[in-house]
Amino acid sequence: MSNKSNKWWYLLFTTPLLLIFITVVIIPFLIGIYYAFFEWDGIAANPKVFVGFENFVQLFGDTRFLASTWKTILFTLLAVISVNVVGLVFALLVTSKLRTANAARTMIFMPYLIGGLILGYIWQFIFLDVFTLFGKVTGFDNVFFNWLIDIDYALYALVFVFTWQMAGYIMIIYIAGIQGIPNDVIEASKIDGANGWQRLRKITFPLLMPAFTISLFLTLSSAFKIYDVNLSLTNGGPANSTEMFAMNIYNEIFGYSNYGFGQAKAIVFFFIVAAITLTQVYITKKREVEM
Amino acid sequence: MRKIRKITKELLLLVVALFFLSPIYIIIVNSFKDRQELYENALALPKSFSFQYYLEAMEKMNFLHALGNSLYITILSVLIIVVLSSMTAWMLARTDNKLSKIIFMTLIATMLIPFQTLMMPLMQFMSTITNTLHIPMFNTREGLIFMHIGFSSSISVFLYHGFVKSIPITLEEAATIDGASKFGVFWRVIFPMLKPITVTVMILNVINIWNDYLLPSLTLTDKGLRTIPLSTFYFFGEFTIKWNLAMAGLMLTIIPVVIFYVLAQKHIIKGIGEGAVK
Repeated sequence: MSNKSNKWWYLLFTTPLLLIFITVVIIPFLIGIYYAFFEWDGIAANPKVFVGFENFVQLFGDTRFLASTWKTILFTLLAVISVNVVGLVFALLVTSKLRTANAARTMIFMPYLIGGLILGYIWQFIFLDVFTLFGKVTGFDNVFFNWLIDIDYALYALVFVFTWQMAGYIMIIYIAGIQGIPNDVIEASKIDGANGWQRLRKITFPLLMPAFTISLFLTLSSAFKIYDVNLSLTNGGPANSTEMFAMNIYNEIFGYSNYGFGQAKAIVFFFIVAAITLTQVYITKKREVEM
Repeated sequence: MRKIRKITKELLLLVVALFFLSPIYIIIVNSFKDRQELYENALALPKSFSFQYYLEAMEKMNFLHALGNSLYITILSVLIIVVLSSMTAWMLARTDNKLSKIIFMTLIATMLIPFQTLMMPLMQFMSTITNTLHIPMFNTREGLIFMHIGFSSSISVFLYHGFVKSIPITLEEAATIDGASKFGVFWRVIFPMLKPITVTVMILNVINIWNDYLLPSLTLTDKGLRTIPLSTFYFFGEFTIKWNLAMAGLMLTIIPVVIFYVLAQKHIIKGIGEGAVK
């Protein structure tokens, strides 16, 4: 076949998707950078005023944004730890030779399919009614009360629900990793007299590093970008104490019509997400061991 | 002794899993209760099974309509994504030149962009397209499908690309010698071989598109076009106080997901595992 017709086929196969991709992702990304340097209220008839880097400078004086940055970091930190610990424990449990393991795996994965917005509403009811009831019955009403109306606890409620959503998903990844560990390595260590904890620390964990890389990447980036659960569970409240990054940006742009300033935040958001996830992948990749 | 320990472990695991799913139990039982009964004890089984609140929630959410919209948008988006991204990934993987590399790297890099970074300029650009080219991007299900395809393309091409690389090229060469065109080679030889990864791509996209709230909320304002997450959002905006009705509404939104899960359970768990590891 001639080179020319090959080129034609290449275009025919790739252009439709790339055209859509460029329209939906690339062009808006470039326009987004442009908007970040303007002051504009989003109304087409009103002027866009070029302000240079002023939007970015102004970010450092926006206390609500800085508070939301801090909350997002705290939330992400707690969420990443809790999702991965719970996910890994579940994975270790359901890969042990138990007959109920399959059923358990299917059940634990379920919340991930339901979708963040709906999970948030489900848990709103549980915190409101079931937690309160449970606290009354057991007398532990200093632990079981409606977390969503408490400035400090509302963030933990968000971590809790996020863990419920993601743990099953992360469990699946760890299961794939655990099943990839060759049996003879485990057998050999048993013959050498290693106990369960030693096997976990010296064999399972090091060989699970690729699964750690992926799981940490997925939990980090989705915790940073959390929006749906945030919206339906707390809507940022009480008193903006759970307004995460993504929600702050949404509110700045569509709530307060500060299109330019909001977009500057959105660009900063992109750089933070990219920097943190790439750093994490770089660090954990380096620790992966070859079999 | 050992047997007892094993049974205890089995039971413990089942209890943990059931506890994990207990929120679902709570919405099921309360979806049948009236408000009085719900406030008396939210954990107890309902005294009677009446589907009254389901019918009421169905009507208030315009549920069947929303279900239809969600199905239409998800199925069409996913089918087009599979067709276009598999073709693109195959060409990119099999044509080893600079352009392919640049396209592929660009696709991968954009996976790091959060939706919030794109949402405002995307809306601006879409309204420009609507106004100048007179292609209605807002308030049409097709416009939303177009945007879903754009956002899904990176991950889908990435998954297909990795899989194509693992297929030996000799089969394609044999088919070419036999006189098949590129089109024939792809659809008759390659695409059937891509089946395992196609399942993964479909499942990942079905979950993402079915549950997506933000993009539809920005593009669909017509009541009649609402998807399930959108109609749930508006339903809660109006009826938060009637929790028994809300529970029935939530159950309605979960039922299609449960049916999907029961039907495709094995593929879903496998697909998710593979999609993540690739």
